[in-house]
Amino acid sequence: MSLLNVFDVSGSAMAAQSVRLNTTASNIANAESIAENPQDTYRARHPVFAQALDRQIGLGGADSEASQGVQILGIVESDAPLEYRYEPDHPFANEEGFVAYPNVSVVEEMANMISASRSFELNVEVMNTARTLAERVLSMGQ
Amino acid sequence: MRIGFDAALGPHAEALKLRSARTEVLARNIAHADTPGYLARDIDFRAELARRLEEGGDAGRLRATDRRHLATGAAATDTVTLKYRTPLMPSFDGNTVDTQTEQAAFAENNLQFQAALQFVNSRLKSLLGAIKGE
Repeated sequence: MSLLNVFDVSGSAMAAQSVRLNTTASNIANAESIAENPQDTYRARHPVFAQALDRQIGLGGADSEASQGVQILGIVESDAPLEYRYEPDHPFANEEGFVAYPNVSVVEEMANMISASRSFELNVEVMNTARTLAERVLSMGQ
Repeated sequence: MRIGFDAALGPHAEALKLRSARTEVLARNIAHADTPGYLARDIDFRAELARRLEEGGDAGRLRATDRRHLATGAAATDTVTLKYRTPLMPSFDGNTVDTQTEQAAFAENNLQFQAALQFVNSRLKSLLGAIKGE
């Protein structure tokens, strides 16, 4: 029944959005984290979303094409250049007096956070609607 | 008058099935609002319902009961033809989901689903009334 597939699809989207929210939290939390070596400095992380191909439903069914949830292909680290700040007194400063700070853009992360929470809310709403519809179908003929 | 569930329920049972399939398609669009390269899909309800009614319900159809069964021409009536939505605004990552449009379509479909359900329900109630002879 396709109404019950909505739970799978929306659930996978909610899981994906919460991973996105997690990476955003990690990025914002580590926005000022520095390491002794610039290679070890924290780099902004972002999840990559893709369509999950669900082969379990079988061929020719009404929902074979429709039930594809969101899958996280992986989490990639941003290759944007690190931010070098001039702090000659810092113990981790290099010879020229620069300290490597993570390439996290806090503004971008905030926008990401709002987008992720909106998408999450929307999926919760879809799930609730599907539940209401399924309940009404269950009470059919009463 | 022919008495049977198919005859009694009219087109509403098929409409209900199609509405629930559409609910899933729209839910998938909303779920993939942030997936790069995802193309929004939808069901052409009018065309699909007309095709199903023309092909006539479940009677005389080969049903695939195993996933290894080949889809025959007749079994294909069970599948829903999905079309691609024309995007209003192109986006950088190739995603064609417009969340507002999808949300509106979902709400509309929700209402139509409940309407179809109501029709089926009232037909069942009148059948029940006829059986009881009240």
